[in-house]
Amino acid sequence: MKKLINKPENVVREELEGIAYAHPDLVKVHFDPNFVVRSDAPVKGKVGVISGGGSGHEPMHGGFVGIGMLDAACPGAVFTSPTPDQMLEATKAVNGGAGILHIVKNYTGDIMNFEMAADLARGQNIEVESVVIDDDVAVKDSLYTAGRRGVGSTVLAEKLCGAAAEQKRSLKEVADVCRKVKDAGRSMGMALTSCTVPHVGKPTFDLPEDQMEIGIGIHGEPGRTRMPLKSADEIVEMLMEPIISDLPYKSGDQVLLFVNSMGGTPLIELYVTYRKAHEIATKHGLKVVRNLIGPIITSLEMAGVSITLLKLDGDMIKLWDAPVKTAGLRWGI
Amino acid sequence: MPIQRDDTLTWIKDCAKAVEEKSSYLTELDAAIGDADHGANMDRGFKAVLNKLPEAGDKDIGTIFKTVGMTLLSTVGGAGGPLYGTFFLQAGMKTTGKMELNLADWTEALEAALDGVVMRGKAQPGDKTMVDALIPAVNALKDALQANQPINKALQLSAEAAEKGMEATIPLVARKGRASYLGERSAGHQDPGATSSHLLLKTASLTWKDIS
Repeated sequence: MKKLINKPENVVREELEGIAYAHPDLVKVHFDPNFVVRSDAPVKGKVGVISGGGSGHEPMHGGFVGIGMLDAACPGAVFTSPTPDQMLEATKAVNGGAGILHIVKNYTGDIMNFEMAADLARGQNIEVESVVIDDDVAVKDSLYTAGRRGVGSTVLAEKLCGAAAEQKRSLKEVADVCRKVKDAGRSMGMALTSCTVPHVGKPTFDLPEDQMEIGIGIHGEPGRTRMPLKSADEIVEMLMEPIISDLPYKSGDQVLLFVNSMGGTPLIELYVTYRKAHEIATKHGLKVVRNLIGPIITSLEMAGVSITLLKLDGDMIKLWDAPVKTAGLRWGI
Repeated sequence: MPIQRDDTLTWIKDCAKAVEEKSSYLTELDAAIGDADHGANMDRGFKAVLNKLPEAGDKDIGTIFKTVGMTLLSTVGGAGGPLYGTFFLQAGMKTTGKMELNLADWTEALEAALDGVVMRGKAQPGDKTMVDALIPAVNALKDALQANQPINKALQLSAEAAEKGMEATIPLVARKGRASYLGERSAGHQDPGATSSHLLLKTASLTWKDIS
């Protein structure tokens, strides 16, 4: 293992210390339990928007705490859901009296920990709504799985809900925005290489030089199929077609096209990917009116991409364009 | 003589030791069908338990188990945190105020722990989860209780039943948790959660081997 770390068990704490030094204007970092809140929290009369998950996906979620996006993020250990006490303390720290929205990615651990945290918060008279994001079309949604994973749409939900909360919309209205994203967003990802969890010290799965893994999640978990490596255009088609056919996208629909690096894929390849994805969307009559390109939801140093399509209405476009000031996304402010 | 309060403390400490020893193995199993963190998470949790245990060391068995549960809940993370947290919290509720456990007490505690895990994780038998090790273990305890077996014999039978349940997860296709994303590819691998559950019960039968 070749990594810029000191000790595997200190990686998350030292990362948080770095964030605290780097962005004191944006966030406050709390330790034991670990969570990141925006520097002016709690904002009175505003719905608090919280997300959380394992570390190793940076900039998600801590990099999206700030004005116009998340009020708090709870980082767990690498690829491990955070614990209920972290989420409860974060919930209390950003409670401005208008209720709290938990944006939860659909993973067994995240669901259970967030459920327990929401129960504890309600026990302390804090109103909590939870919306579970499950947008990964690579997973068959059936009674026989844990359901689709939450991937790319999560960050889009964080942006839109953060903007809605900033406008002082009610908890129900902010949660409705989240449910809209959940319903109108679809994603799929692939990997060229595996990744190495610091405390494990070796790659999570072996992926030979001439092979790729299609339908991966964001935790270095293997995907559904492995096959010989293909060209970028062929790979993008393999990701875009299941996404487009899953949602009843209609010709003329306005969409946001999000091309995400899993961590190790450089921007030059993301634009090659974006090019083909944009062409496929256009061929289906979709109007790509907004986009997001970059390493946003990563799996450590994994090389690979995920693509997310989110159908947008007028309100969602306005919320997307609204000012945001976080370490990971910043515009209009 | 039944299981004494101090025996339960020894069991928890032995569990911490066993989890540390098997940490890489558990993580390896998890890497095959999950996300390669089960061993490290359990090890982190049980190390925190060792630090916390002195606070409950002079209390009743229920308090000891509840302390273990709360500590695991706030340190393990992932699915293992709420599941093992609930496991020990429920066992603790059943043993509130007790300073010793006979076979009926232990059976009841383990059954409550199992029920808690099922409630929290909503797993059914055959879903390739820790439940697949725990159900046969609880059933074996009930049978041993009915047959008036001594405690150590009952514990041995329950550990063996858990082991069989654990091994029986190998051909199963996972229907819960992260392994379920793999579909058919999850078959052929032993479930890490069933493996850690067996480890705790096997440790109980070793720690308490002289208790009859």
